[in-house]
Order: sequence, then C-alpha cells, then structure tokens
Amino acid sequence: MSTPLIIEYLPILVFLLIGIALAVVMVGASYIISPKNPDAEKVSPYECGFEPFEDARTKFDVRFYLVSILFIIFDLEVAFLFPWAIALGDIGLFGFWSMMLFLGILTIGFIYEWKKGALEWE
Amino acid sequence: MTAVFPDIWPALPEIFLAVAGMALLLIGVFRGDGFTRPVSYLTVVVMLLAAILAMGYGAGRVVTFNGMFVMDAFGVFMKVLVLVSAALSVILSLGFNEREQMARFEYPVLMLFATLGMLMMISANDLISLYVGLETQSLALYVIAAFRRDSAKSSEAGLKYFVLGALSSGMLLYGASLLYGFAGTTSFDKIAALFAGGAHASPGVVIGLVFVLTGLAFKVSAAPFHMWAPDVYEGAPTPVTAFFAAAPKVAAIALLTRVLIEPFGHLTAQWHQVLVATAVLSMLIGSFAAIMQTNIKRLMAYSSIGHVGYAMVGLAAGNQDGVRGVLIYMALYVAMNIGAFAVILSMKAKGLMLEQIKDFSGLSKTNPMLAATMAIFMFSMAGIPPMAGFFGKLYVFLAAIEVQDYTLAVIGVLTSVVGAFYYLRIVKIMYFDEPLVVVDKVEDDGMTGILVVTSLFTLLFFVAPAPILNGAAAAAAALFAG
Repeated sequence: MSTPLIIEYLPILVFLLIGIALAVVMVGASYIISPKNPDAEKVSPYECGFEPFEDARTKFDVRFYLVSILFIIFDLEVAFLFPWAIALGDIGLFGFWSMMLFLGILTIGFIYEWKKGALEWE
Repeated sequence: MTAVFPDIWPALPEIFLAVAGMALLLIGVFRGDGFTRPVSYLTVVVMLLAAILAMGYGAGRVVTFNGMFVMDAFGVFMKVLVLVSAALSVILSLGFNEREQMARFEYPVLMLFATLGMLMMISANDLISLYVGLETQSLALYVIAAFRRDSAKSSEAGLKYFVLGALSSGMLLYGASLLYGFAGTTSFDKIAALFAGGAHASPGVVIGLVFVLTGLAFKVSAAPFHMWAPDVYEGAPTPVTAFFAAAPKVAAIALLTRVLIEPFGHLTAQWHQVLVATAVLSMLIGSFAAIMQTNIKRLMAYSSIGHVGYAMVGLAAGNQDGVRGVLIYMALYVAMNIGAFAVILSMKAKGLMLEQIKDFSGLSKTNPMLAATMAIFMFSMAGIPPMAGFFGKLYVFLAAIEVQDYTLAVIGVLTSVVGAFYYLRIVKIMYFDEPLVVVDKVEDDGMTGILVVTSLFTLLFFVAPAPILNGAAAAAAALFAG
C-alpha cells in the first residue's frame, strides 16, 4: 500500500519547523543575553569601502567590473581543473587533451585581453 | 572506463571555424583596428572554405562525440546555407562599419563565432549540445547587437535582446530538464527510440516539449514570442539586422525542424497544434502589424516574423514534403532578405543612412537600378510569380494541403494577400511618388555584387530550380531516414 503523497513531504515540514525554531532561539537569545553598549559606528550597517547610506546611482569605476569579470573566468577555470585532476585516471588521454584544448582556448582569450590593455589600471 | 577518442571528421567545418576564429582574433589584436578589412576578408574566406568542407561530406548519417553530434545531408544543406548567408552579411557590413566609425576587427570575429554556434545547433543530437550551440550563437549575437557602443538605440537593442534571449534560454532549459526527468535521457536518438517503441507520452514530456518549443520560438521570433524582434531589428546597426534576419533564423529553424522530426517525430499529435497556433499567429502579426510601420527596418522585422510563420506551415505538416518545403523556403528567404538589406544599406544621402519608408519616394527617378532591385525583392516577398518567393510559399502550402490542413493553407494565402499590400506599397512609393532626397551611388563592388547576384537569383530561380529543390529533397529525406 502506497503512502499518500503529502505524507512523503512530512520530513520537509519537520525540517522547516526545526529551522524556524532554531533561528528564533539564536536571534532571540543573542538579543536578550548580550551586553548592549551602542554608539553610532556600531549600529550603522557595515559595507566594505562605501558609505552605507547614499544615492545608489553614484558613479562607479567600470574597471572594477572588468577586473572581477576577468577574475571569474580564471576562478571557474580552477574550479573546473580540480574535478578533472581527480578523475584524470578514468578519463584517459581524451580527457587530458580535452582540458589542454580548453586551457589553450582560455590562453588565447587571455592574450587578447592583455593586448587590449584590459589588465592595465591606468 | 577509459573514454576513447571520438571521430572528429564529421565536425571538421566546426573545428576549422573555431581554430580560424581564434587565429583571426589574435591577428586582429596584434595588428589593431586598422587591420579590420583584411580580417573581414579572411572571415569571408574562412566561412566559404568551411562551406566547402561541409559540402565535401558524403551521404549517410554519422553520429559522433558520444552521440552528441550528428552529420547528415540535412546538416550539409543547412550549414552551407548558414555559412553563405553569414559570409554575405560580413561583406554587407564593410562599408557601413567604416562610415559609421564602428570598424573594429572584433566584428567579423564575433560573426564567425556566432556562425560556429549555428553550425553546432544544426548538428546537435542531444539536448545538451543543443543548448551549448544555441548559447555560443546567442552570446556573440548579443554583443554584435550592441556593437555601436555610443548609440543609445544600439545599446538598448543589445540589452533587450540579451534579457529576452536569457528568458527564452531559461524556458528552453526548464523544458529540457523536464524532458530529461520524464524521458530519462537527453539523447535525441534514445528519445526517438523510446517513442518509436510505443512509449506513452506522459504530461511531463509534453510540457517539457512545449517549453523547448517556446524557447526555440523566441529564437526564430515566431509570434507570440516575437516582441523583441522589431525593437532589436530597429536599434541594431543595419548590417547586424541583415545578419540577424538571415543566418540565425536559418539555424534556429533547422534546430526546430530536427528537434520536432527526429526525437519527437512520433509525437506529432502532441506538437502539431502548438505549431499550427504559432504559425497562424506569426502570419497574422507579420502581415497586419507591418502595415502601420514607418521605419523600413521595423517593417523587415515584421516581414521576417511573417516568413517564419509560412515556414512553420510546412513544418506543421510534419512529413517529408513539409520539411522539404521549409528548406526551400529558408533558402529563398535568405537570398531575398540579404538582397533587400543590401538595398536598405545602399540607401543613404550624403553619407547619412536613410531608414524611413518615405525616403524611398521616387527612388526610380534618382537611382533606377536600385529601385528595380528593391522591386524584385518586394515582389518576391509578396509571393508573386515567377519570383523565387512564390515557389517558397507554393511548396509549404502544398505540403499543408497534402495533409489536409486546409485551414492553415487558406489562412496562409489570405495573410500573404495582406502582406502583399505593404510590400507593393514600397514599390508604389518608389515608382509613383516624388523624390524627397537624392540617394547616393551604391558604395562598392562587394555591395553591387551582392545586389546583382541576389536579385538575379530571385528573378531567375524558376529557370534552374533543380539544385536547390534536389538539395532540399535530399536533406529532408535524410532527416526521415534517421
């Protein structure tokens, strides 16, 4: 006899309830127990490098975005290299050369961005 | 398990294009923007060489890369069509880009990469390679749409295209995930085998299929997913619009055809009504919405929506004759469209582009040859015999009548009458109105060559239709044999 569909979701309900209870306990306990001695700097929200409250439409150097986008490409490359290195024994020569090809293509992109001057700050 | 080396020969045109594209990128970046013209010429040569490589591919169906990639006569026909139209679009862009200070070597290279994505789409034999091909194409196209960086309209076109393209890719992926969940495989061959074995199409599969169709309908700009097309076509630089209306449309139609016929060929009952609805809406919007347009590029956008609707009439038939009709239609459509855009790109007064329909006034007096060429394309798009466009419509409507889709055929004929109104209005404006401006001479030999070749092809197609008819018939047969 099959259990009704809704019963199968019971663990998720339990999970949700425990999650809510835990969050309430943690926030509530730190609110009640902790010592409070506020000043202006302490209560202001923290955000690295910027004033927390100002017009969101400030001018922002586009070079930040360029650098972060270029960073993401090589970040992902590394994230891709780790599983490849672990599985190298199983994927054989084809797997090895596939990755070499991928790295080669990335290198061409890297040469392009270097020659274009995307890596120079000034 | 050790993976073996796959057979790379069926993918030779793609590999050649990818390697050449990267080489051209490096040549360009080391020589600078002054080297744009040589890079553009090399891009054209590379595209035509890739077309020759594709043609050199023999008959028969070969599947490689673990079933991800397929090459057959259908692929050869569509790839040659895409490569030739992309090469013509590069030639069209040369003069314009230099005049408008947007001659940068990235332009032809991006066109090359977009074309590479299109070839991948045509040869996709798996939901995953379908998506990879589609994204390779789309990412390059988003950038080209916004290529004129200092123009607000071009940037807007690029952004709109990107946002709506991303939405459609999301829908396609959602559909693909449902298909994978309910069919248990992403491979077209295995999905086809599943339904050939009489498997029941569960609601999950049907919903997934409809989502995939929605995503693809966005890419071919079929109604009701056409709303991006007029804005993007108007805002993008004109040679980019010419490219958008030709090569990506052919590739997306090819992909749609392969998806419907190969993996889901046994589910015709499930997708037929979706396709009929899309075709009818596209034909209606393509004909009625175009009447009010004042900008020629917007008019061409609605015209291309209508043409996709006609092509879908053939596809909705779901048989070999229908697919043959679609292939013939696309081949003739590309010729007319590239030609019409060559005329639009030649429309300039004192070096400034003319984009309004009223600028065509009295063109027959200021530049009779250009007016005659445009008249040929307009007559052809309206479907007036003996122009090429008539035969395109003839074959898709014949296919619809063969499967007794009389309603669809009648709606198609009626909307093409409405369409004839706005095509013929341009002819009337060119021949019977007084000139407003004096149009400059056609700028260079490349443009003149394209105008002559496409107009002669459109005008004289009926003299020797055999190569295209036979090619399309062989391609359609290959799709149904597999």
